[in-house]
Amino acid sequence: MQQPAEGAAETAARQAPPQGPAAPGRPQGRPRRGNLPDVLFRATTLFFAGLVLLLILAIGTVLFAQAHLAFSHFGLKFLWTKQWDPVRDSFGALPSIFGTLVSSFLAILIAVPVSLGIAIFLTEMAPPWLQKPVGLAVEMLAAVPSIIYGMWGLFSFAPIVARHMEPWLKHHLGFLPLFQGPPMGIGMMTASIILAVMIIPFITSITRDVFALVPAMAKESAYGLGATTWEVVRNVVIPYTRTGIVGAIFLGLGRALGETMAVTFVIGNAHDISLSLLSPSNTISSTLANEFTEATSHLYVSSLIALGLILFLITTIILSVAKLLLWRIERQVVGSVR
Amino acid sequence: MIVRRMRELARWMAPLVLLGMGVPLGAQAHLMLHGGGATFPFPLYAKWSYEYARFTGERFNYQSIGSGAGIEQMRHHIFDFGASEAPLDAEALSRSGLIQFPMVIGGVVPVVNLPGIAPAELKLTGPLLADIFLGRITSWRDPRIMALNPHLRLPPLEISVVTRADGSGSTWLITRYLGEVSADWRLKVGNGPSVRWPVGMASKGNEGVSSYVKQTTGSIGYVEFTYARQNGLATVLLQNRAGGFPLPGRASFLAAAAKAEWQGPERSPKGLTDQAGEGAWPIVGASFILIARDQPDARRAAALLSYFDWCFHDGKRFVDELDYVPIPEPIVHQIEAAWAAHIRVGGRPVWPLAQPPAKSNG
Repeated sequence: MQQPAEGAAETAARQAPPQGPAAPGRPQGRPRRGNLPDVLFRATTLFFAGLVLLLILAIGTVLFAQAHLAFSHFGLKFLWTKQWDPVRDSFGALPSIFGTLVSSFLAILIAVPVSLGIAIFLTEMAPPWLQKPVGLAVEMLAAVPSIIYGMWGLFSFAPIVARHMEPWLKHHLGFLPLFQGPPMGIGMMTASIILAVMIIPFITSITRDVFALVPAMAKESAYGLGATTWEVVRNVVIPYTRTGIVGAIFLGLGRALGETMAVTFVIGNAHDISLSLLSPSNTISSTLANEFTEATSHLYVSSLIALGLILFLITTIILSVAKLLLWRIERQVVGSVR
Repeated sequence: MIVRRMRELARWMAPLVLLGMGVPLGAQAHLMLHGGGATFPFPLYAKWSYEYARFTGERFNYQSIGSGAGIEQMRHHIFDFGASEAPLDAEALSRSGLIQFPMVIGGVVPVVNLPGIAPAELKLTGPLLADIFLGRITSWRDPRIMALNPHLRLPPLEISVVTRADGSGSTWLITRYLGEVSADWRLKVGNGPSVRWPVGMASKGNEGVSSYVKQTTGSIGYVEFTYARQNGLATVLLQNRAGGFPLPGRASFLAAAAKAEWQGPERSPKGLTDQAGEGAWPIVGASFILIARDQPDARRAAALLSYFDWCFHDGKRFVDELDYVPIPEPIVHQIEAAWAAHIRVGGRPVWPLAQPPAKSNG
């Protein structure tokens, strides 16, 4: 907010309802004494809220306890060992961690511009008769079960990728290490694109909702000053809704990290690390989906649960970072208003 | 109001429902038994339960959750029976109080997707197959493959290896075979329901492998034979121990099973891979059933054994229909003798049954 060019944003921020500790919220304090329904109501809601915390704690504890065998056997080396050999009971998590992070990152990379584009079109540019059907269509995407995405990806999309997209990429960008190996249509790239399609509805519907919260006054003022639609979006809408956008992206990321069925179908399930986006890879959740039923030795089961624990921690860390980011942005916005 | 209407409806419907199920009023309710495990024989087990339920009314619910899961459930005696391709060893059997016997025999076939190559045209030997799956042979125009197939025009393609991602009996069988024909395979990979594949991509289930192979030109994978036939995949001719190249199918699976022996319900039997017979397909194996030695309930135990007895005899025609191979008659006799000797309810034998099993109720 330092540049004067972003003055419009500041105007927008001023329109924002006051935030932060000074906010005059709902009246604080306990319910009046002797009002039994109120006390009961309070206790019930507290109980339900506490249940969630308890559940998360229980999940963490169980994962930790069951993963103990794997960690005591392999040590922290488990995190950066590449080998995954059920016959010799020798396990390492690195390929699965790598695959999880890379596929989710690529999915976000594809999904964010598309989602923002859809949301901006829907809120700023679409004629009213088009807003409802397009918005509904995007939300319908979120209702498609992930196994359907997986089967569609395997039977319809992967052949298209193999026959058209990958040969094109290899022809034009084949000198990059990113596009090596035979074009099979199965691998990191296909998985990331499918993941992107799956998280687009989430990011889109949240960003659309927060875009709709931008006060008309702020936008109209900018238009009144002669700003184009692009300038209004760039300088008013996006700065005003940054918190919401970041939140939406992290929600999408959370979903991408844990997505199982669709990825399992198209990623190729190889315990291997490759720079090439065309080669088969693996994620934590697809490894679990594939191997849990046949894991017979205690160490095998424990290593799979250790993978689950790692995913749990990755998600926790990413959500915490998201919260931290949001908190800092919020503080900045509040600070710039004062 | 609504309740009364529902009740009326129920009164009208009840006889119809009973009639539909063919249950004479007053008869004992039919049992529902649970089993689960191997995916490899699933099409057959599903067919058997369906036909048996039509025939007797007793229902057998089979869940193809994987051999490992089947074994695990049987260890805790959750299912009435489990199924697995990898037989348990004597120690594991006695510790869990289980016995095992073979139920059906089937074959695994390598399949390829090569332009211009029809089913059963490409010839490979065991060591060649091992080297392909080890990633040592990477091109279809490798001199060793060309020398074995002088009449074929092999395309200049890279070999893409496709394997099973989930643990499975098919993987157990093919890795066992590859270990028998290649010392390097034994050393580097080994034998198990899931292994560390040196190269390639993996897909879930026989269906997943079939579709990966179908979609990838230049690929080679392995599936249970029925899936290869149903999906029209190009099977490979594999050289057997006698030096021949038998066609994969019922005849060659039967030839492999001809000399099969059974070591009894408490021991791990010898495998059927890489058999010596002239026309024997080299990747053949049995699917085993696990049941508890001490059964908790006499009626359930009797139902279980009469079901398996039906499968061995009347159910045989479905085995042929689905391209599996039935267990040879002498071994069936040994198995039923073992039931008589080992299976007990409260210390008393169950088999042979006091009354013959319930037959069709028309």
